[in-house]
Amino acid sequence: MIETKNLSYSYHSEDEENEAVKEEVLKELNLKIKKGSFTAILGSNGSGKSTLAKHFNAILLPSGGFVYVKGMNTHEQKYLFDIRSNVGMVFQNPDNQMVTAIVEDEIAFAPENLGVKPQEIRNRVDECLKIVGMQEYAGSFTANLSGGQKLRIAIASVLAMEPECIVLDEPTSMLDPKGRAEVLDTIKMLNRAKGITVVLITHYMEEAVMADRTIVIDNGKIVIDGVPAEVFKNVELLKKLKLDVPQVTELAYELKKLGFEISDGIIDVDECFRELVKLLGDVK
Amino acid sequence: MIRIENLSYVYQPGMPGEYRALSDINLVIPNGSLTAVIGHTGSGKSTLMQQLNGLLQPTSGKIFIDDEDITSKSADIAKIRRKVGLVFQYPEHQLFEETVYQDIAFGPKNMGLSDEEIERRVIYAASLTGIDKKYFEKSPFELSGGQKRRAAIAGILAMEPSVLVMDEPTAGLDPGGRDDILNIIKNLHKKQKEMIIIFVSHSMEEVAETAENIVVMHDGRIDMSGTAADIFRKRGRLLQIGLDIPQITKLADKLRNGGYNLPEEIYTVKAAVEAITKLSRSLPLQAEDII
Amino acid sequence: MFKNILIGQYFPSKSPIHRLDARIKIIMMMAYIILVFNADKPVSLIMIAVYTLTIVIVSNIPLKLILKGFIPVIWIFIFTSIVNIFSVSGETLLSFKLFRWTLKITKEGILKSVFINTRLLLLLTGTSLLTLTTQPLMLTDGIEQLLKPLRKIKVPVHEIAMMMTIAIRFIPTLAEEAEKIKNAQLARGADFESGNIIKRAKSMLPLLVPLFISAFRRADELSTAMEARCYNGGENRTRMKQMHITLYDISAIIVFAVCSLFLLISEFVIEF
Repeated sequence: MIETKNLSYSYHSEDEENEAVKEEVLKELNLKIKKGSFTAILGSNGSGKSTLAKHFNAILLPSGGFVYVKGMNTHEQKYLFDIRSNVGMVFQNPDNQMVTAIVEDEIAFAPENLGVKPQEIRNRVDECLKIVGMQEYAGSFTANLSGGQKLRIAIASVLAMEPECIVLDEPTSMLDPKGRAEVLDTIKMLNRAKGITVVLITHYMEEAVMADRTIVIDNGKIVIDGVPAEVFKNVELLKKLKLDVPQVTELAYELKKLGFEISDGIIDVDECFRELVKLLGDVK
Repeated sequence: MIRIENLSYVYQPGMPGEYRALSDINLVIPNGSLTAVIGHTGSGKSTLMQQLNGLLQPTSGKIFIDDEDITSKSADIAKIRRKVGLVFQYPEHQLFEETVYQDIAFGPKNMGLSDEEIERRVIYAASLTGIDKKYFEKSPFELSGGQKRRAAIAGILAMEPSVLVMDEPTAGLDPGGRDDILNIIKNLHKKQKEMIIIFVSHSMEEVAETAENIVVMHDGRIDMSGTAADIFRKRGRLLQIGLDIPQITKLADKLRNGGYNLPEEIYTVKAAVEAITKLSRSLPLQAEDII
Repeated sequence: MFKNILIGQYFPSKSPIHRLDARIKIIMMMAYIILVFNADKPVSLIMIAVYTLTIVIVSNIPLKLILKGFIPVIWIFIFTSIVNIFSVSGETLLSFKLFRWTLKITKEGILKSVFINTRLLLLLTGTSLLTLTTQPLMLTDGIEQLLKPLRKIKVPVHEIAMMMTIAIRFIPTLAEEAEKIKNAQLARGADFESGNIIKRAKSMLPLLVPLFISAFRRADELSTAMEARCYNGGENRTRMKQMHITLYDISAIIVFAVCSLFLLISEFVIEF
C-alpha cells in the first residue's frame, strides 16, 4: 500500500547567529505498510512521526529517497489527487480541520473537490455518516459537537473520498476519555469491518496495543518494529525515549527485575492475570 | 484554607440557554494540600475552578479563602486574583510578550511591583518550572510545546499566589511533557509548604500517582471526595458514573476475586510490585509443590 | 460579549423563507436595502416595518433572538439619537443650560432620530434575516453564483466565496477563543478597562497577540487539511446541494415586487 525507500527529510532554518542550519527530521527511513493492516507509529514529540505521516499523502515531499503509494511515486505531480484520495488524512485538532459550518457540507467537501456527481456525493455523505454513527447530526452545526464527535466527522469527511488507507495524526490527544474511546472504536471498526488500512500516529501506549504492528520512531529513525507484545518487551528503551508503557507491562517488567519468572511483553490485564496465576500458584 | 458553602451556579439564568452547572457544592480544602478534581467533560469542573478566583460569580452560596468571603460585593477582585493563581487549559495560548522573561513578568508587573522584585520572582518561578535562564531573552513562540506550557505556568507562579488552580495542566502533552508537569506539581507541593494546589485531570493513573485528595464531580455536584485510598475503595461508584480506574487496580481486583490475598488499596505500579512480592513469600512456591 | 452578534448566524427551520433559493434572497435583500434608504416618509417606514415583521413571523425566528441581536449595537442607537436630538434645528420643545452652552431639543430633532434609528433597526433586521434563514454554504454558493459574471474581469469569485465560508465557520471558534484568552489574562491581573485611549489600546495587546497567533496557526492547519482532501480551487468542483429556481421562488419574487410597488405608490400618494 505505502512504501518508503531511504526517505529523508530536512528543512533549513536559522540558528541564533542567523546562520542557515539544516535540520534532519527523517533519516533514510525504509518502511512498507501492507494493505488492510493496522499500524501504530509511536514516538515522543519531535521524533519525526508527524513529518513521516505527511509524506504518506504527498503533503510533504521527500528531500531524499522516495515514497510510493500503490506504486505511485509521490514526486510525480500527475498522481497527486490519486494519492491523496487513496490515503485520507485526519489531524489532531478537531476545530482546525473543518471547513464548513454544517456537518453534511463538511463531509461533502472532499468529493466536491474531486468533481463527483451531486447525487453520488449525497449517497457517500449519508453512507459515511452511517459508518461513524452520526446520521442524526447531518444538519447540525460542527461548532456544537463534542471533541470526539468533531473527530468522527473529520474521519467521515475523509472516508467520503473512499480511500483505501487512512492516516490519523494523533487524533485523540486533545480529547477527553469518552471522546478517545469513541474515536478509537471507530478506527478499529474501519480496519476490522471495512478492511481499510489504518496508520495511527500516537504517543499513547494503550492505542498502540490495538494495532497489529507497532513502529517506534526516534530522531527520524525506526528504533523498534514488530507486533505490540514484541515491542513492549523493551520497557527500558521505551522509557528512555520518554514513552509510556501500560501499567501491567511495567509491573511484569519490575517483577522480572526482582527475579520473578514472568514473561515479558505483557500488554493487557487478562494476560498479566494468567501470568501471575502461573507465578503465584493456584489458591485453593 | 478554602471553604465552599452551598455553592450553586446557573448559566444564563432566565435565558433560553439556561442550565445548572453547579449545585450544592460544599468543600473544605486545607492549606498545604494537593487536590485533584476529576469528572467528565460537562461535570462542572472548569466552572468550579473559575469561581475560585472570581472570574465567575456563584448564583448562590459562598466561597471563603482564609476566612475572607470572596463572593461578597465588597471583595477586592484584584486582590483575590493575586491570591488565587489560575492556570487555564492550554495556557500556552495566552503567551504574547516578546521574550520569555517579559511574559513571565506580566503578572507581577500588573501587581505594580518594583523591577528588582519582579526579577527575583521571574527567576524563582522559572526555576520552579525548569525554564533555564538561557531562554529568558528568546521569544516564547520559539519554545517547544512542553516548554511553552511550563513558561505559562511560571507566569502564574511569579504572582506568588497562595492558591494554585490548574485546569487540565497535562492535556495534549506527550508522556515526557506530562511527566514534567506532574513533577513540577509534586515539587511545588513539597517546597511550598502552605500553598494549596488544585488540579483538574481526566486520567485516573495520573491522579492516583500525584494527588493526596481527590474530588469526584458528576452532573454539577461533588459525587465524592476524600483521600486517594478513600476514592479508589469506592471504585464501584467510579465505574458507575463512567469514570475509569487505573489498569493496575483492575488487575489487583481480578487477582483478589481469584482468591489471592491482596490489599484493597493498589492503584500504583509500585504498590502492586510490593504486594505481589509479599504475597509470593507467604505462599509456598508451586515449583516445590510439584517436586 | 462576543456571543450576541447576530449577523452571520443561521437559525435552522423549514419555514417558507428558509426554503427560498439563496440567490433570490440575496437579490431581495439588496432591493430591501435600497427601499429602506429610499424611504423618506413615516408611512413608508411603517409599511416596511410591517413587511419585515411579517417575514420574521413567517420565518419562524423567535423575536427574542432578533431583539438580542440589537444589544451589541445599542450604543450606535444612543449615539445617533443624541447627535440628532441636539443638532437639528427647528421648533424648540425644551432648552436648558449646560455650563456655557445652551442646548435645545427640537421636535424635528426627535423625529429625525426616531427616523434614523428605525432605518438602522430595519437594515439590521433585514440583513440578519438573510443569514438567519439561509444555510451558510448556500449563502456563499449563492454569492458565488451571482458574482460569476465578474470572473470575466478576473475577479477571484470562487476564492471570495470560499473565504466567506471559512469565515462563517470560524466566527464561533474565534469568539470562544477570545473569551478564553480574555479570562486567562484577567487571571494574570490584566486590566482592559481603565486608562486613556492609548493605554487602553495597549492593554488590548495581551488579548490580540495570542488571538492573531492562534488564527494563523488555525489557518495553517486548515489549509493542510484542505489540501489533504484534494482541494484545488474552484476548477472542476461539483456541489452536493444544487440550486434550482422553482415556481415557488418565482412566486415569491412576484409577491415581493407587488409589495414594493405598493410601497412606492403609497409613498407617492399619501402625504404623511
